[in-house]
Amino acid sequence: MIATVGAHGGLRLEGHKERSTETPIALAPPPECAILPLDQHAGMRAEPVVKVGERVMLGQPIARPQGEISAWLHASISGRVATIEPRPAAHRAGDSTLSIVIESDGRDERWPAHTSMQDFRERDPIVVLEHIARAGIVGLGGAAFPAATKLMGALRSKDCTLLLNGAECEPYISCDEMLMRERAHDIVLGAEAIAHAIGASQCVVAIEEGSSLAEATLREAVSRASAGSIRVAIVPNVYPAGGERQLIATLFGREVPFAGLPTDIGIVCQNVGTAAAVAKWIQDAQPLVSRIVTVTGDGVRRPRNLEARIGTPFSQLIAACDGYTERMHQLLMGGTMMGIALPSDDVSVVKATNCIIAASALDLQPRAAEMPCIRCGNCSEVCPARLLPQQIHLNARASDLEGLERYGLMDCIECGCCDYVCPSQIPLVERFRAAKPELAKHLMARSNARDARLRYETRNERLERLEAEQRQKLEEKRRQARTRSP
Amino acid sequence: MSVWLALLLMSALAALAALASSFAASQSRARARDALIGAINDLLPQTQCGRCTYSGCLPYATALAEGTADINQCPPGGDTTARSLARLLNREAKEVDARFGAMPATSMVAWIDEPACIGCTKCIQACPVDAIVGGARFMHTVIADQCTGCELCIPPCPVDCIDMRPFAPRFEAASSMRPQR
Repeated sequence: MIATVGAHGGLRLEGHKERSTETPIALAPPPECAILPLDQHAGMRAEPVVKVGERVMLGQPIARPQGEISAWLHASISGRVATIEPRPAAHRAGDSTLSIVIESDGRDERWPAHTSMQDFRERDPIVVLEHIARAGIVGLGGAAFPAATKLMGALRSKDCTLLLNGAECEPYISCDEMLMRERAHDIVLGAEAIAHAIGASQCVVAIEEGSSLAEATLREAVSRASAGSIRVAIVPNVYPAGGERQLIATLFGREVPFAGLPTDIGIVCQNVGTAAAVAKWIQDAQPLVSRIVTVTGDGVRRPRNLEARIGTPFSQLIAACDGYTERMHQLLMGGTMMGIALPSDDVSVVKATNCIIAASALDLQPRAAEMPCIRCGNCSEVCPARLLPQQIHLNARASDLEGLERYGLMDCIECGCCDYVCPSQIPLVERFRAAKPELAKHLMARSNARDARLRYETRNERLERLEAEQRQKLEEKRRQARTRSP
Repeated sequence: MSVWLALLLMSALAALAALASSFAASQSRARARDALIGAINDLLPQTQCGRCTYSGCLPYATALAEGTADINQCPPGGDTTARSLARLLNREAKEVDARFGAMPATSMVAWIDEPACIGCTKCIQACPVDAIVGGARFMHTVIADQCTGCELCIPPCPVDCIDMRPFAPRFEAASSMRPQR
């Protein structure tokens, strides 16, 4: 059955997955030197718990979370902490960010202190959830939102549905597809553990139509699962069907409220890769120290999927794919629609690195000169968030923050559909991305002002009350003095 | 006789109606005025710094509603606020008057040199938004997240241990990280 309710816009894009799915997932050799940025998850950066010069082992915690939205970071190789300093990072488009650098000792010794939890079905759900939180697992679909934080949010709703996102709609990325083909059992085990931890009665795994091999193995794994409440759903091959909100709209016909979260309507969504990472932790006590990365594009000789340690330099993964072709033109992290262009391959794999594209001119066409907006409205027809990109664009040009807010800039998921169809070749998403921090600052200032006003008003009330009390006391004293004196 | 009675009754009724309608009109005028003051106050930055020469944002909003203040008296709000005020009040837009103080380029917050603080509580009393904590003869400190940068705590300090420092936000702008939510 193909579900098609409630989704808006989107594009049918030509697929390019088959290039990287011909060979099975290969293990990339552990790096000589792993670079681990402290802010590779959404939220607050982690705080180092190791010192420079200290010996660390594979899987040893090296930075702990700060604040509610944050995640643990673990050593992905054994060796010595060489330095803790700013290094260029892929998720910052090549800008430097504070990172822990580990030099390998080549022994790959495992940190012995982690324990597995294979008997999770008999444990208290909250214990399982806390156990998952220690693995440093983040959403592996690309957003790197700390998984445990998201699952905690699900506890608020009484009975929620666990939605596992295997709809990998970006045309080049195939890491989830390969994961489902080769490690469907891990996904099912992870799904069971997560469902137990959050008390979800139902679980749906969403995959795109056309990935028949992945579908077959997944169905087989689901049928063998002990709990029979996992369902496989197929979604149409429309970009961006795999966006969290879009997927929920497609499958359930329900819209996540504006400024709300999926848990508000009783759904918690995790990537299939995240579920597999949970399974690794529950079963083998292995925290998130590696992930599957698609290395593809016309600019690389042997496109394939590699299981790489977090912190492996991109250059090493490219070398594991027999290097660049002479047509190599541009390096991207992520897909062709939403990826980040990188100035060099001298950056390392982070938890969010689902794909590395070495693009030639055949993959990415150079943008022609920008022309004025002709108000054709194509952009608003394809916008999956039901926005009016042309209006946002006009307001962004005029730096009208109120207008940007009114037209819902913050709801833009930066999928790139509007950009793709714009006949005037306006780099819309680039503009929106640039305007977002300014608007976020404005919204933050306004909410701060609201708080300051509340405190100011409360303070004034308090001062008035104190003054009245003082006056009353004085009055009382006077009266007493008067009654005594005559 | 009955004619006079009827006339008297009717005029009494008319007077009553006139009174009631004038009361309602004044009531609705007051409501409109309150709504206008509220709308103006919503646009102000709520620093409560008093640079506009009024004692806080609400008094300035009231003066604007009454037409006794100009729209360009709020340096913390800057030209953006002046523009929004001009639009709301249908007045001519103008830049902030430099006589009311300089517009801050970056947001600044008060910072107490804690070893030097003698615990006199004078700054706590001066803070319009309760952003300073501490007790008598104990060290005081500024809750940086809640400080509006009004500088009202600086003059009362007898040991001059407060200065203004740029505020480092707790969250870095992760512009290249794209949450899919």
